[in-house]
Amino acid sequence: MWRYEKILQYPVRVSRTDLSLAKLLSAQYGGPDSELSAGLRYLTQRYVIPTDEAKAILTDIGTEELAHWEIIGTLIYKLTEGVPVQRLRRAGLGADYAQHGRAIYPSDATGVPWTASYIQAHEDPIATLHENMAAEQKARATYENLIDLSNDAGVIDTLTFLRKREVVHFQRFGEALNIVRDYLDNEG
Amino acid sequence: MTREELRLLREIQALEFTVLEFALYLDTHLDDQAALEEYNDYAQQLREARMEYQDRYGPLHIMHPSDYPWEYPESPWPWQIEY
Ligand SMILES: [Fe+2]
Repeated sequence: MWRYEKILQYPVRVSRTDLSLAKLLSAQYGGPDSELSAGLRYLTQRYVIPTDEAKAILTDIGTEELAHWEIIGTLIYKLTEGVPVQRLRRAGLGADYAQHGRAIYPSDATGVPWTASYIQAHEDPIATLHENMAAEQKARATYENLIDLSNDAGVIDTLTFLRKREVVHFQRFGEALNIVRDYLDNEG
Repeated sequence: MTREELRLLREIQALEFTVLEFALYLDTHLDDQAALEEYNDYAQQLREARMEYQDRYGPLHIMHPSDYPWEYPESPWPWQIEY
């Protein structure tokens, strides 16, 4: 089961509202390599993966990704908080306002809604763990692009933290892959 | 949110992060005893900091005992906090 904690994993500070930056950050809220994709991918892969280590790492990284999803949601919320409708429209967020008001909705930076076809679950653990390692690298690269696009020191600080987490997750999935390979060689 | 409350919240964030980082490492290194000892040390510090925060400022989650009236909804939500 899951239990909500009323605390962000990492602080979110923004210096001012920035609508176009908020729109770009949707890439990590509801895009193909978003935190939402990462969390659901790992949490749904857990049931059939061999070895307790791999079950643990999918559970704990999957859960951390949901905390990252909340951090991205908080960034978007703070970057758009209280902005008048006409400013939203001028910044190109008129379509978002028409469909959602100021609510935060899981779509990518171009407005395409999140879909489960971004992720895969496969019984073959070698395929699964390679997918996850690729996913972490794609998320890292997305964060690097978002950091290049940002000019707010607070936003850059939070994105830099999130980028580093993808590097650590990649490392842990690589270790899980070695553990699963040993297991398959010995008992599979 | 007062400065003292924010300071303690930031301390919990830092400790939770440290404990999580050790936990992920331990998930793939079950027999690293030195890392496990560090994990246990930080986990204990985290438990104390969480107790102190929740006793003073209200529950961080719904399993914590509450004064009357039910306190959980009232403390600032994570996206509303100014760091
Ligand atoms: Fe990740």
